[in-house]
Amino acid sequence: MKSLFFRDLKLAIRAGGGFGLGLAFFLILVVLVPFGVGPQSELLSRIAPGILWVGALLACLLSLDRMFALDHEDGSLDLLATSALPMEGACAAKALAHWVTTGLPLTLAAPVLAILLNMPPDGFLWIFISLAVGTPAMSVIGGFGAALTVGIKRGGLLLSLLVLPLYVPTLIFGAEVARRGAEGLQTTTPLLMLAGITLAVSAVLPFVSAMVLKVNLR
Amino acid sequence: MASLWEYANPLKFMRLTDRVLPWVSVGAAACLAVGLIWGFFFTPDDFRQGSTVKIIYIHVPAALMAINAWFMMLVASLIWLIRRHHVSALAAKAAAPVGVVMTLIALITGAIWGQPMWGTWWEFDPRLTSFLVLFLFYLGYMALWSAIEDADTAADLTAVLCMVGSVFAVLSRYAVNFWNQGLHQGASLSLDKEENVADVFYQPLLVSIAGFVLLFLALVLLRTRTEIRLRRASALMAREKLQ
Repeated sequence: MKSLFFRDLKLAIRAGGGFGLGLAFFLILVVLVPFGVGPQSELLSRIAPGILWVGALLACLLSLDRMFALDHEDGSLDLLATSALPMEGACAAKALAHWVTTGLPLTLAAPVLAILLNMPPDGFLWIFISLAVGTPAMSVIGGFGAALTVGIKRGGLLLSLLVLPLYVPTLIFGAEVARRGAEGLQTTTPLLMLAGITLAVSAVLPFVSAMVLKVNLR
Repeated sequence: MASLWEYANPLKFMRLTDRVLPWVSVGAAACLAVGLIWGFFFTPDDFRQGSTVKIIYIHVPAALMAINAWFMMLVASLIWLIRRHHVSALAAKAAAPVGVVMTLIALITGAIWGQPMWGTWWEFDPRLTSFLVLFLFYLGYMALWSAIEDADTAADLTAVLCMVGSVFAVLSRYAVNFWNQGLHQGASLSLDKEENVADVFYQPLLVSIAGFVLLFLALVLLRTRTEIRLRRASALMAREKLQ
């Protein structure tokens, strides 16, 4: 499981694309929004938590279809299925690797980009915390979507259609934590709900993804 | 009394539905005609809402069926996953387009009613938002069915998606409550309340709900029969190719 995790990490970093792509997309999106809505700093600081969350979500989505599709094409997924490692473990390891290569850099970059959007300084910590707690859920849910669409050629668009409604609760609670944090309000309830979602999907969805992958490899 | 599982046999299912379908269709047409005509022409205007109140005869039953169609798909998917009855998988597939149309009807009639009453076509209100999310779930479910060629794989994957989707749909319903309690009024009908909407509106509403239930049943039966025939036709064609 550990070796699979490091293999995925190395592939994402060395083979290009996966690692930097999400981060670059996030940066571009955040830079573009002020051009779209105009430079009023009050407006920007009010919508900053939402922009950062939506940007992180879309950046996550960008690299999801690589999670299983490449391994499916070159046959290593079949090898994984026949190896001693249970499929559930493989799904969890792959979701974790996806988080480390996309969710974690996004989380680290978000406070920096928050300056660009004129977010109040109190919010930096909260956008960091909310993304750190919420992005693992996005990787795990995305892993389920990627497992569903692994057998479909050019399944990227379908993958987004399937995964986006599943992201709704995470997005609502995550953006709520960041917004309340930036406005200096209580964040406990949405933060607990967000953590609950992350823990629940990490506990359950790898099993479902493994089941779906087995169907796809049949 | 024969077991319900007997109708997992496509032949028996076809024979039963062949007899039942005309009755259900006629019942749906009759109930809809009575409910809607009664509701539209023979009930008084509401003293504040005027004649726009009459959209309730379409909006409420459609919204009810939009949710229940998904619930029916969930049950059918579970039966498919547990007992591997093909008719059940096909019934779930057949119900999705009907459900999505019901969702759309509820959203559109709601917007038409909301414009004069709330002064807005759309509001990110918890009920409205969760219906939008439900609509997206239907679209994803149907897209997944049509994207996968192998029928059994498609049935398995969509069944799992239906189950996971149900959990997330419920979760979204509670998540959107976070914003505010919303504009949408509470339930128009419930069994444990003394008084629902006023009696003049209540009786035709019940009739049109019955009409929508029967309509849904008729459409799902019809579409399931079509799916079974499609399956037969493709099996026949596959056999011909082999020879």
